[in-house]
Amino acid sequence: MSNNLPTLTGYVRSDGRKGIRNYVVVAYLVECAHHVAREIAESFKGQPVHLIGFGGCYPNAYADRMMNRLCTHPNVGAALLLSLGCESFNRHKLEENVAASGRPVHTIVIQQTGGTRKSITAGAEWVRQALGEIEGVPRAPLQVEELVVGTVCGGSDATSGVSANPAVGRAFDLLVAQGAAAIFEETGEMIGLGGIMAARAVTPELGQELKQSVDKAAYYYRQMGHASFAPGNAEGGLTTIEEKSIGAYCKSGDSPITGLIKPGDLPRKGGLYLLDVVPDGEPRFGFPNINDNAEIAELIACGSHLILFTTGRGSVVGSAISPVIKICANPETYERMRDDMDVNAGRILRLEASVDDVGREIYNKVLEVASGDPSCSESLGHQEFVLTYKSFEPIGPHCLPV
Amino acid sequence: MPRASRKLLRIHKDDNVLIVVNQVEPGDRDLVDDQDIVVTQRIEVGHKVAARLIRQGEKVYKCGVPIGSAKENIPAGAHVHLHNLRSDYIETYTLDKDRTYVK
Repeated sequence: MSNNLPTLTGYVRSDGRKGIRNYVVVAYLVECAHHVAREIAESFKGQPVHLIGFGGCYPNAYADRMMNRLCTHPNVGAALLLSLGCESFNRHKLEENVAASGRPVHTIVIQQTGGTRKSITAGAEWVRQALGEIEGVPRAPLQVEELVVGTVCGGSDATSGVSANPAVGRAFDLLVAQGAAAIFEETGEMIGLGGIMAARAVTPELGQELKQSVDKAAYYYRQMGHASFAPGNAEGGLTTIEEKSIGAYCKSGDSPITGLIKPGDLPRKGGLYLLDVVPDGEPRFGFPNINDNAEIAELIACGSHLILFTTGRGSVVGSAISPVIKICANPETYERMRDDMDVNAGRILRLEASVDDVGREIYNKVLEVASGDPSCSESLGHQEFVLTYKSFEPIGPHCLPV
Repeated sequence: MPRASRKLLRIHKDDNVLIVVNQVEPGDRDLVDDQDIVVTQRIEVGHKVAARLIRQGEKVYKCGVPIGSAKENIPAGAHVHLHNLRSDYIETYTLDKDRTYVK
């Protein structure tokens, strides 16, 4: 390892995890509280205050688990919860869990507080105090092995699978070799590759679980009538879901696969994990993830400190809670959209850099952003967040073998 | 052939399609593994070209892995895409020239 890489310092949380950011999250617990939450968050523009939330009025165990994980994510220092008052979300339990984690937390029930204006005033006042309070969170050296890094691709074209995705795979290999946890996902984009992936599992039983997760995804998407495939993929030269899958799968690198997790499961130790994002059982709530940000939120709920996002067509999204690093696969897209791109993997296609070179550059970028440097999407103020209804069974006993 | 003029790339030795790495025009040619490929139309970067005659029903290989089956006979040098390649798993949908969803 090069010696001029930054030394990392993390915000120490009560569960032993460390954050690379220290945000106040403002979380609405039903769409009816969204506007009030947004008004509060927007009055702190440029400060470490992020907006998240769940729009549904009906209870959902998945969304509940996601919100609990997100409000106690290591990058989060405090949480303000916004309730209308009559929704199903269990705000009491969420507040209790956040308080038990040692974080400042407060719930504003809009109906009890006296409506929109009074709730915004009260909420903003609380956030102001919380920002001061979390400045005192203890900091300690953070080792690479404590990092959790997720990866996702969006706006893929045929260059994604040739440049950016293999380069992220190399960065993942470097991170896993250092003891970090690396999470790849979207079993709906591993169609046709179940057997290949199973062969990389640390145990045959885990291999079987990996293969079944891909079979489940193929079945689920067939029921939806669409593969995880957008018109831009076809314009960019991709023809079939199995072709797109090969490219997407490259992001996982060459390390053995340590485990299979589902949204909200935390990796117990370093290694490479597959995140199974496709709901269990018969399709009930529609597409597994309605867009890239729904996947990013799930990677973050699994503890990801930051996200490596590869794109060929040119996605601009970021995320609430964890920084998103953009790796651009297509050199023409990079030229057109360079303000949004952290790494130009298109140099591989122009024969100006090797996959190893760009993999190393991505690894270094991970350390820079973990040390506090903003990624492009962070600087531009991107804080997208999406959470919808899903249903999952707990993972089986063979999914985390060691 | 100098590297900079490279137009077509074979990713895996078992592949029967090549990847366009610099946009090609009708009549453009490239020598790939001692085989002279002449492309028959304008094709953009990232798209696929048949490396040899691919017969109807035959699997199409990219990165050494099957990515679907040929819907018709595809001559060497032809564009391989939605019109002549079908998924073996889930049909591909996209927007056509009239901006309508098609499969």
